[in-house]
Amino acid sequence: MTEIAISANGLVKTFRTRKGPLNAIDNLTLEVGRGETYGLLGPDGAGKTTTTRVILGLLSRTGGQSSILGFDSMRDTYAIRERVGYIAQQFVLPADLTVIENMRFFASVQGISQEAQDARIPELLAFAGLTDFTRRLAGQLSGGMKKKLALACSLIHQPQVVLLDEPTLGVDPVSRREFWSLLGNLRAEKGLTIFVCTPYMDEAERCNQVGLIYKGRLIAHDTPSGIKKMVPGHLLEFKPAKFVPARDLMGGLPGVLEVQTYGAMLHIFVEEAERGRRTIEKTLGSHGLEWSGMRIIEPRMEEAFISLVSRQEAQDHDQ
Amino acid sequence: MLRRILAITQKEFIQTVRDRTTLMIMLSMPLLQLILFAYAIHMDVKHIPMVIADQSMDQASRSYITDMVRSDYFDIISTVQGEADVIHAIDAGTARAGLVIPPNFAAQVDRGSANVLLLVDGSDPFTTQSAYNAANVISQTHAITLALDDLSRSMPAISSQDLSPLTTHINILYNPDLKDLWFLIPGMIAMLLQTQTIALTSLAVVREREAGTIEQILVSPIRPLELMLGKTLPNLLIALINMLTIVVVGTLAFGVPFQGNFPLFLGLALIYVFAGLGLGLLISSVSQNPRQAQQLNMMISLVGLIISGFIFPRYTMPVVLQGIGYIFPLTYFIPIARGIFTKGIGIEFLWGSVAALTIFAVGIIFFAARLFRQRLD
Repeated sequence: MTEIAISANGLVKTFRTRKGPLNAIDNLTLEVGRGETYGLLGPDGAGKTTTTRVILGLLSRTGGQSSILGFDSMRDTYAIRERVGYIAQQFVLPADLTVIENMRFFASVQGISQEAQDARIPELLAFAGLTDFTRRLAGQLSGGMKKKLALACSLIHQPQVVLLDEPTLGVDPVSRREFWSLLGNLRAEKGLTIFVCTPYMDEAERCNQVGLIYKGRLIAHDTPSGIKKMVPGHLLEFKPAKFVPARDLMGGLPGVLEVQTYGAMLHIFVEEAERGRRTIEKTLGSHGLEWSGMRIIEPRMEEAFISLVSRQEAQDHDQ
Repeated sequence: MLRRILAITQKEFIQTVRDRTTLMIMLSMPLLQLILFAYAIHMDVKHIPMVIADQSMDQASRSYITDMVRSDYFDIISTVQGEADVIHAIDAGTARAGLVIPPNFAAQVDRGSANVLLLVDGSDPFTTQSAYNAANVISQTHAITLALDDLSRSMPAISSQDLSPLTTHINILYNPDLKDLWFLIPGMIAMLLQTQTIALTSLAVVREREAGTIEQILVSPIRPLELMLGKTLPNLLIALINMLTIVVVGTLAFGVPFQGNFPLFLGLALIYVFAGLGLGLLISSVSQNPRQAQQLNMMISLVGLIISGFIFPRYTMPVVLQGIGYIFPLTYFIPIARGIFTKGIGIEFLWGSVAALTIFAVGIIFFAARLFRQRLD
């Protein structure tokens, strides 16, 4: 039985807009155990940022419960703020302070003594690879370095939990990899609980729990491999010579569950792999369409994600 | 708590100093305004441009005109034919006043039935007031002189002084020579300080909201009151530096004497500046974006200018307006500034204003902290 670090129960957040109320979070329930790395995965506008902000107490909640380390998001905000680190989606550190001034500012507001700062700040700067940039203005750092500075600042008070809202948005692939290896170290060395919002499938694969959020609802949550198993049937991939007619043919075939496009390729979920393959090849042949590279592949996070979202969409449509 | 306040103060201080241009503007603006206003504002208007239609052209009319000009209140810019020309000149704006002296003026003076017509531009309050008062006084003095000359010619034994039945001795305290600047400078220092203090902090919080940096501040354990106090302190320093420069320039360059106790003035100015910064923070806390803050700032500064007692005496205002005046720290500080600066009085006469100002200063900071939205929605 793991201890609970973050929990949300029946969480609701409604924004009042000119077009009427908008449910940004709709009865969302999730639990993150201590030491876990939880990825909240979802398309843009699904409610990832709103969920993070409500759990942190940055936004009021319309209904339900949420807490971090047993502290209620709304009532115990200061207890949470002393124990939790946060990186916002945008860069929200003072841009006209240098790296070291930012570190000192956030250390001081967290009540860290001068001696402790002198010991901890160089350590964090080295960890984030910012040692050579201490006197540079935060606003003049590269995208990747900004994120690393934000991470360093959010860790200054040795939090037990960090919430990261799309921490690698606008960061180059190399820096992304570096950032995630920093997170990996933190989890391994300090047992830090990490809650991360991301639209990137490869980042979701690095989490040990993934929650899939869509239109403010958590439509699936499991381990990454568990999520992939949620997709029914088997996955076939091939490259049609003529894309549109081939794609249009696939939908109505017996045994075909779902059609996804993947670049110039088609991804077809079928009930049975071999029979599905024969059916598809026969149909394409009878219509005089050519193809290449037909093979059976293992569904990845991406296919699972698209499948789960489109199933949810179809379900919403039926209602 | 103190560590967090100091952390914010230090951050604000670094940010203020880093933006050199803005800092220079903040430090020079009140001084510049003081100098410009001191030269521009004249309540007692002299050298009013005047046209003359002297249809008599005799000894008596010339003597009357000479009296007018010698007062320094009127400058004759041209002579014209009659009333219509005078009105035309005022319409055109070339003259602010015009004098029409009818034909046979000397004969009418001798008969004691002389009439002159003074036309004044009524579209400009200060000119109208000054021209009206000056012309009245000059004409009456001129008339009395003529009458007394007459009398003393017929009764040479009596000196003209004994003929006046009433003599009023007017003793104007504090500013016997009625110098404009003596009236203006203390109030102007107060007014400039209010304008600047509100401007200094009215963007302090809303700017963080605009830049998004408020989000990182909100997820730290900073309490609203700590944020307010932390943002006040560096601005307090800027405002005090400005206060000193304008007091020094006001007294030395413009020769307005500082009659009272300077340390007392400084101490009370500190409370006053704190109150102004608090009002700015209140604006900043309730504004959703910098534009709203700027509009509110403008409105408060302008309304404060009119109803705080800086220009117009408050006791002439309707009670409701007097009440509204109490939302401006300037209202409390005008009597303090004039009291210490010009009248040289001590705290024993001022404790009412001082108490009110202190309550205001403390209250407004708490109020601003209370209205500070601790969430992003």
